[in-house]
Amino acid sequence: MDFISLGTFVQLLVTGISHGCLYGLVALGFVLIYKATEMVNFAQGDIMMWGAFIAFTLASYFGLSYLPVVILTIFVMALFGLLLERTIIRPMIGEPPFAVLMLTIGLGFVLRAIAGMIWGHDEKEFDTPYSIDPLILGQVSLDYEQLVVVGCTILLCLALYVFLRFTRFGIAMQAASQNQLAAAYVGIPVKNVVAITWCLSTAIAAVAALLVAPLQLIYPGIGFVVGIKAFVAAIVGGFGSLAGALIGGICIGIVEQFVGYAFEGAYGETSVYVLLLLMLLVRPQGLIATLQRKKV
Amino acid sequence: MRFVLKTNYTQDINLFLHNGQRFWYGLLIAALIVAPFFLENFYVGELTYLFIWVIAGAGLMLLIGYTGLVSMGHAAFMAIGAYAHAVLFKLGVPFLPSLLMAALISGLLGAIIGVAALRMTGIYLAVATISFAFIIEKVISAWRPVTGGHRGFIVPEPVMFGLDFGSDLAFYFLCLVVVIAVMLVVMNLLRSPTGRAMVAVRDSEISAQAMGVNLVQTKTLAFTLSAAFTGLAGALYSHKIGMLFPENFTIILSIKLLMLVVVGGLGSVHGIVFGAVFISILPQLIAILRDFLPTWLAQRRGLEPLVFGAILMFFLMFEPLGLYGRWVKIRSYFTQFPLYRKSTFKRQKSYLRTERVH
Amino acid sequence: MSVFEAKEIGVSFGGVRALHDVSFSVETGEIFSIMGPNGAGKTTVFNLISRFYDLDHGDLYLNGENISKISPHEVAARGIARTFQNTELFENETVLQNLLTAHHTHRRTSFLSEMFFLPKVRRQDLSFREKVEDIIDLLDLQSYRDQRIDALPFGARKIVELGRALSLEPELLLLDEPSSGLNPEETEDLSFWIEDIKEELGVTVIMVEHDMNLLGQVSGRVMALNDGELLTIGTPEEVREHPDVINAYLGE
Repeated sequence: MDFISLGTFVQLLVTGISHGCLYGLVALGFVLIYKATEMVNFAQGDIMMWGAFIAFTLASYFGLSYLPVVILTIFVMALFGLLLERTIIRPMIGEPPFAVLMLTIGLGFVLRAIAGMIWGHDEKEFDTPYSIDPLILGQVSLDYEQLVVVGCTILLCLALYVFLRFTRFGIAMQAASQNQLAAAYVGIPVKNVVAITWCLSTAIAAVAALLVAPLQLIYPGIGFVVGIKAFVAAIVGGFGSLAGALIGGICIGIVEQFVGYAFEGAYGETSVYVLLLLMLLVRPQGLIATLQRKKV
Repeated sequence: MRFVLKTNYTQDINLFLHNGQRFWYGLLIAALIVAPFFLENFYVGELTYLFIWVIAGAGLMLLIGYTGLVSMGHAAFMAIGAYAHAVLFKLGVPFLPSLLMAALISGLLGAIIGVAALRMTGIYLAVATISFAFIIEKVISAWRPVTGGHRGFIVPEPVMFGLDFGSDLAFYFLCLVVVIAVMLVVMNLLRSPTGRAMVAVRDSEISAQAMGVNLVQTKTLAFTLSAAFTGLAGALYSHKIGMLFPENFTIILSIKLLMLVVVGGLGSVHGIVFGAVFISILPQLIAILRDFLPTWLAQRRGLEPLVFGAILMFFLMFEPLGLYGRWVKIRSYFTQFPLYRKSTFKRQKSYLRTERVH
Repeated sequence: MSVFEAKEIGVSFGGVRALHDVSFSVETGEIFSIMGPNGAGKTTVFNLISRFYDLDHGDLYLNGENISKISPHEVAARGIARTFQNTELFENETVLQNLLTAHHTHRRTSFLSEMFFLPKVRRQDLSFREKVEDIIDLLDLQSYRDQRIDALPFGARKIVELGRALSLEPELLLLDEPSSGLNPEETEDLSFWIEDIKEELGVTVIMVEHDMNLLGQVSGRVMALNDGELLTIGTPEEVREHPDVINAYLGE
């Protein structure tokens, strides 16, 4: 490995952080659903991919400008989340967790295949008002797309934190996640809470999609790739912690960029998986531990 | 309806409950022995594939259906088995030792994953196994001097004791012998303390420990065995497909194996066979489906994963006991007619109470 | 001679003291009960003995051997069996399979011999089965033998769990609220069974229990806990009359 110049270093770091933020955002969707229902939605990445394609369709076929595209995409995806919850998740309440896990794996395959049939398998480009010349600071050139990703992620996380911590609904959600029956007894509409949690997580996926679309080319398989990495992020951060998901995502984004640079682009992606296996061997509870054994 | 009069404890231990079962299974094996002499080569080949799926399925069923550990990367173990056997055999290791060594190598790697999996719950394990599969895929495509990478690896013709097993017929019998052996081993384990320990871990880890089951040992053993059987299937598979590419062992194969155990019926030995039959005829079913679909849809890429995913979802939502569960229901409908009650098989739902401590 | 001894055991969870400086010893053949209001730390004592939790301080001794560092399955192997408050059975298996599983600590066959189901594995399984049938006879479980656990009513599950713990052929049996969820009739049966377990099988019992009648009927000595502190140890009558115990239950 050659010695890295400062400029390259900063650039790799920023690219890593911005990709990491994306993984973190998708991971946030995982964690949110997991916290509320202890279900794992493996199709989160593919839901994000759908968000990206919907945004792309709205922009290129319907010729909408950027702001309406953003609002419509988030709205459509939230509805989509509601639909998913009603049709396939609600019947599965009370089933063992691994059944839901496999169900969402199946869902991911279906979503990917349908997207491929509708939009084809070639890569699509999505432009935004901020897809302009990069910002040059000395040796470092920074893309606005990357800066927007980081900024939006921070804002979204803050909003989410406030929402979960201080609003009635957020607290109801936490209650429902700990004991559904007890929550129902004290008057929390558990079914609605679960439904809204899904809405929220697909809406977050839509935001992630709007951020990823200008950063990378979009194709049906992108959701799976990003989804797996987001999952790794959630695990590295210790499933069940929102902050952990984000930190995990950023760690992975950075490792991926630097390893990719060191091996001239060859092993960046693989390093993520190696990192995960190492992590699970050394510290399986994640960086921020929340899981403990069952109470008897 | 048949009532079995039990007069001896050994009846519960024996593989077959009564002579009727012994007769039917005997007939099945006899039919499998004479079948290739009456069938066209194509169907002999298809049956051989079926046997290979049964072997791989047995491995995955032990892990998912009996120990409750979900692996989504079992294609990796098939790949390891296939490449290990092909490479060793080409290097001049005799056929049978090479086959066993392939299973052993796969099993050892499985043990490593098993150790990593010790403190993981379902989701962690699923992701860890997927990651493992990706790493293996990458290693196979990058390790060109040994595996040939994306240019492929030509598997030599199977030769054992100087006899050529390359013909469809000979290879069919080889696979038949292996499949029977594997099924016997699986059934033996399930009726002995090892199998009970696995089931105990599946149903309640806490209780299993309180009953003296060593979690570390049991989970590692389950992973090792599972990987070894799947590796063995991979080794046989390598001869069947003749040329190995990393693309043979992608996530699609893992999902196919997962589908095998889910569709067959989790936690049943019959389920392995039912599931294997299902995924063997699935390509034909998809081909038939294509005829019925409008051309613009039928010619699209991605019909196969769509069908895979949809089937997986369908079974998990509507028939979680799989084809075997459906078979049991149909059978009891007829044997108990007109007393059959639908609620006999009603599942009990439980409300979520978290295992997390906040 | 005391078969089991706890010396100054204590544990905290996230700063909350669940158990503090509790010492007691249990004599061979005794039925020793633990009582106390909710959250007193009764089940925590069991979870410490089963090694599901790590001790913060103190030690546990079984027949003079320190067992505070061994792993949970080794606890079972040394002859300590337990039941759970809300039952933790193997839900998808039959009653028979559940009881057979408890013989795991008596397994003498290797994995390899089980792969081929050699005659010695068969013999071992038959001997397990005979012992299991004895337990089934003792607890009147014949009608449930081939039923799956998830089809059983809660009362029956409690009994099956007792049977499973007995199948382990323990020296020391930990019963966590054995009578909760049982109707008065079943509770009466239970009190006879516990007597039988002590008299016929010679098993020492430690029991967490709320039912004062059952406590008075079967236990030799009772330990009262409150807020993780030991209040008193004595005969059921002594403990019932003890001012601290009355205080703990009724408040001042």
